[in-house]
Amino acid sequence: MAVPHFMASGMGGIRSAGDLVARMQFSKNMKIDKAKEYVAKKLGLSTLEIADEHIMRELREELKIGVITGVPNAPRGIAAKMNIERLIDTKINSCELFREVTKR
Amino acid sequence: MKGFYTRMGDGKRVIMTKEQIINDIHAGIADAADMAGVPDLKADEVDLLFEIISDKNRIVGVEPGKEVVLTYDIGQLDFTGDNGNSGNGIDVGRRESALLHERALGGDTFELAHADYSIKPVKPIISNEMQAMEEIQSEIIIPFFYGAMPNSGLYYAPDGPYGNPADLMREFKIEEAMQAAEFTAEHLARDIEYVSTRMVAAGADGFNFDTTASAGDADFVGTLKGVEMLRKACPKTYIMVGMAGESVMGIHGSIEYKGEVVAGKYPHQQVKLAEKAGANVFGPVVNTNTSKSLAWNMSRSVTFVKECIRVAKIPCHVNMGMGVGGIPMWETAPNDAVTRCNKAMVEIAKVDGV
Repeated sequence: MAVPHFMASGMGGIRSAGDLVARMQFSKNMKIDKAKEYVAKKLGLSTLEIADEHIMRELREELKIGVITGVPNAPRGIAAKMNIERLIDTKINSCELFREVTKR
Repeated sequence: MKGFYTRMGDGKRVIMTKEQIINDIHAGIADAADMAGVPDLKADEVDLLFEIISDKNRIVGVEPGKEVVLTYDIGQLDFTGDNGNSGNGIDVGRRESALLHERALGGDTFELAHADYSIKPVKPIISNEMQAMEEIQSEIIIPFFYGAMPNSGLYYAPDGPYGNPADLMREFKIEEAMQAAEFTAEHLARDIEYVSTRMVAAGADGFNFDTTASAGDADFVGTLKGVEMLRKACPKTYIMVGMAGESVMGIHGSIEYKGEVVAGKYPHQQVKLAEKAGANVFGPVVNTNTSKSLAWNMSRSVTFVKECIRVAKIPCHVNMGMGVGGIPMWETAPNDAVTRCNKAMVEIAKVDGV
């Protein structure tokens, strides 16, 4: 079911800014339009552009927030999520736990 | 006869005329409006439904800029499960499955799941699940939940400690049946607190309660109480409550949550209870009638869900799997039907996610 839904209306996760919009929906109870506006403002883009893979591919690599392809040295996992925390001004549970165990 | 290729609720191809499709759209809307006491769709929305259904292309989609967030239930079981879960039967690891959904399948979120996908069987293997969550969180980027069905049916005989209400009612032991349901709700809430708080302690972004109220009103009350306990223990965790059907079955009949009887609640009423419990996202469900057309099922689902979205203060991600959200009840749900229901939910019901 994932593929037809993604093709019909999905933001595409880390192909674009879908993960960032999802985080604002879940952390701040923002409805879709408000969550997209919030993320767009943080990225300096329009709400149309944050779902555009052509724009977001290079921007994600530049911002070090994770890309779908295997790029050596590109942050993944906790490292990418720590950059996401700063970018959209939110706290992510796994990053909080990482800081706790590393005392950083 | 000039007609349009469309589907029945079981997925079978049929040819319908414009008049037949329009009639089924109106009938589906009327059924939902009558059942739930919600407004009919407007004339321009009926026109858009017809336009979506009669589109000549196999696949349809929303206009650029109208994309929404895609969340999941059942986690990696879509790859690993058997056909009972509509799974592919591929013995791929849970880590690999999560990363594939992130990097290859366009998932905006994903989740970890137990093979039985229920709260109760997670308890004895909680350490195993916590370890898997810690490992995957170190590599994944998208919000990664733990997901499970409350599934309070597992607490009734012969699987659990309480009498089975169906058996007790057959023996006219009504009081005992109601008491068993009440005990189950409390037990379920305690188990939800045990499992969910530990998964958050292992780094989960949140918890997805899937197919809530599948065992009726006591299942719903137990889940809402469990959500409340999780929210109190973990104020910042992400909580999603997805339902099992458009109406909560009254297995108990009068069990209440915060002074309200929950049996018979429809999506626009269910969401208010999820909000009170502390959910961040609500997942309305509308079941498919296999004897009716795609036009009937899609219109009926959109009518229920549109009102839910209108009254909700939290975002809503509508459930759109096989047999829900207007989609045919068929294991390999036809893509033309899936994408049509998707577009209708986004552009007419204005859902925040799927």
